[in-house]
Amino acid sequence: MSDVSLTIDGRDVTVPAGTTLLSAAQKVGARIPTICYHEHCTPNGLCRICVVEVEGTRALVPACVAQASERIKVHTRNARVERRRRTILEMLSSGVDLSEAPELLELMSEYHADPTRFPESERREQPVLDDNPMYIRDYSKCILCWRCVQVCADDAQFTYALNFSGRGFATNISTFFEKPMPETTCVFCGQCLGVCPTGALKPKREWLLERGLAPNEIMRETISTKRKPKR
Amino acid sequence: MDAFRDLTRLRSILTEFAPQGRTALLPALHAAQHLYGWLPEAIATEVGQALGVPLADVYGVIDFYTMFQRRPAGRTIIRVCEAPVCAFAGCDAVFDAVCRHLEIGPGRLNADGVFTVERAPCLGLCDRPPAVLVNEAAFGHVNPAQAASLCVGSPMRLTSFVGGDIRRLTANCGRGLPALLSDYEASGGYKGLKRALQMKPEDVIGEVKASGLVGYGGAAFPTGVKWEGAARAPGGPKYVVCNADESEPGTFKDRLLLEEDPHRIIEGMVIAAYAIDASKGYIYVRGEYPYAFRVMQEAVGAARQADYLGKNLLGSGFEFDIEVRLGAGAYVCGEETALFESIEGKRGFPRVKPPFPTTQGLFGSPTVINNVETLCNVPLILQQGAADYRKIGTEKSPGSKLFCVSGRVQRPGLYEVPFGVTLRHLLFDLAGGLKEGCVLQAVLLGGAAGAFATEKDLDVPMSFEGFRAAGLPLGSGAVMVFDDTADMLDVLRRLAAFFAHESCGKCYPCQLGTQRQYEILERVAARRSLPGDADRLADVGWTMTDASLCGLGQTAALAVLSAMKLWPEIFEEKDKRPDRHV
Repeated sequence: MSDVSLTIDGRDVTVPAGTTLLSAAQKVGARIPTICYHEHCTPNGLCRICVVEVEGTRALVPACVAQASERIKVHTRNARVERRRRTILEMLSSGVDLSEAPELLELMSEYHADPTRFPESERREQPVLDDNPMYIRDYSKCILCWRCVQVCADDAQFTYALNFSGRGFATNISTFFEKPMPETTCVFCGQCLGVCPTGALKPKREWLLERGLAPNEIMRETISTKRKPKR
Repeated sequence: MDAFRDLTRLRSILTEFAPQGRTALLPALHAAQHLYGWLPEAIATEVGQALGVPLADVYGVIDFYTMFQRRPAGRTIIRVCEAPVCAFAGCDAVFDAVCRHLEIGPGRLNADGVFTVERAPCLGLCDRPPAVLVNEAAFGHVNPAQAASLCVGSPMRLTSFVGGDIRRLTANCGRGLPALLSDYEASGGYKGLKRALQMKPEDVIGEVKASGLVGYGGAAFPTGVKWEGAARAPGGPKYVVCNADESEPGTFKDRLLLEEDPHRIIEGMVIAAYAIDASKGYIYVRGEYPYAFRVMQEAVGAARQADYLGKNLLGSGFEFDIEVRLGAGAYVCGEETALFESIEGKRGFPRVKPPFPTTQGLFGSPTVINNVETLCNVPLILQQGAADYRKIGTEKSPGSKLFCVSGRVQRPGLYEVPFGVTLRHLLFDLAGGLKEGCVLQAVLLGGAAGAFATEKDLDVPMSFEGFRAAGLPLGSGAVMVFDDTADMLDVLRRLAAFFAHESCGKCYPCQLGTQRQYEILERVAARRSLPGDADRLADVGWTMTDASLCGLGQTAALAVLSAMKLWPEIFEEKDKRPDRHV
């Protein structure tokens, strides 16, 4: 593979062809924020928080998937980019509970995003799904980064217990006909918990502990929600 | 659940689909729904197991497409269009009347379990609003008093008016009947293909490039360049896909071409296939066009019989066949990569581009995907030659263009004009001007994903270069005319509701932005805006335009942003008390 030379925030850099703008930016010390991106998952470029301006292109470009090309001029954080990122964060926080997403809260403050910018917004509030002894699903905290679906499928476990329901703002992570986890193909590997960035997926014991339960109560709780027999 | 115990018929159908695997998911779900009326868990399980698709994915697909029923639905589904033009013509009253007649609420079964009533996004019948689709039958100019006759399905089918300065693409349209193969051949049909087969594939591409033909789906990309890219791309098998997922509110040109001149589309596809060496093609017809789907299926069968499709077609040694696919209610599938995903049996999530379809399209193979109208130009180009083809239109926009005129004009309909005529000519000379006593307020060009033009734009030449200079989109060719009695904020609210309903939910700017845009416009249209709403609207709009993953999100705020530029005063803070309507 040959090398390509480009300019990022006024600095020249040469990288191997095929390098993403995200990695190329790291080389010049420019930090581009990411949300959905995870180094062990197939990048989908869907959160768009990593968008950057490439001179001469109409729309902004997602740095996690866009590849460096010869002589392009990239701006990783000009006023336009900053404004789009801030708006995305403000829209996100107006619909989702980010209280247990420290990285996102940090981004919010870095970009001066106002969590009350969009009043009277519909929130993605829904009851916690507590249907198995291993983990709970609190989709009020879900930012739809897709990582859990990806690791459950071709990116890691090949279990295919998770997919989506609905679409648009009403999209949710879902099992087949919203069945309880023990009735699905879930093998309780825990991969999804490992990649969840917002605490939407959480070990059941941790969740009970946070709710102030004593160890003996936790023991009783996690034994009582036994697997339901498969039909 | 008794009805579902008998799975024999389903199983025998699934045996036919099974060898295809996941790509047969939408066709199999359509077939299953046809049998049982809806798609309960037991049926979805059978389908998933037969095709080898994970059950969670089957559910993901069922729940993505609005025409797949997760709950018991009636044998007769009545879909009332709620797009802006139908809204203006009183679709809400029709919807209420039908619900009252059947004594049911939206999405519910009536007492004897025969009927379901739903609201539908644009049904592509904008020339005769308000429109209703009763299973496969389309009804226009429906009034609330007709609720009962709608339910018994008495035919009210009206033919669309087709006119214009020139009738090249629409030569066989306007009769309300599909042109049969013999009609098409009599009008010079398939001569372009016969000429193409005498040429080298690269010369066919050369001819299309020389014609200056560009994509009419909205992006205006040069067709010949696209074909060349796919022809040169390594790998295969290659595909030709016809994007017949016309869903842009205010647009019905593709529907008419599909319903009334199906062979022109087939001929265009075979020529494209020959040029890039593809052996398989798909026509993806939107779910709301079941009649067009049937016409296309019959036409493909007739073309196969007549040796225009299949192995060694017309003795050329070249092989190409077409499969007609039916969508299931998802505007986003008009986005080319989402359409591929749908054919592959997935949710219609657009893919990140690049890679582009010409190198990695359907099933990851080099693919040419063209809009219906674009493909309809191809036979003409090959028949006449590029030089003659270019005699119509302007230097930079050769040929003719179809415009779908709807709203407050005397003669709504489909008009074919050479590129370069003015909007004034289209609206006043051809469509007869505004309805008696109406005063022009605005024209929405390009559909929901379009922008508003006003009186001052009437003399702009309608060509790619003319519109670009005036900052207007040519888009899909939708021309919706609003008079001064239209509440533009209500129009915008409906457009915003449409996008919020149709966003796939993949990328954040569109998933969140279409929802926030709708919420703000709902407030503004109800004259109870909050301080700062205009700023919020602009911020959301520009973020969607600038940062969304696909064309849907990138255009979901165009109309709103253009309205904010034209009429900033209507977005300004109004009296917040709900009783003080202006």
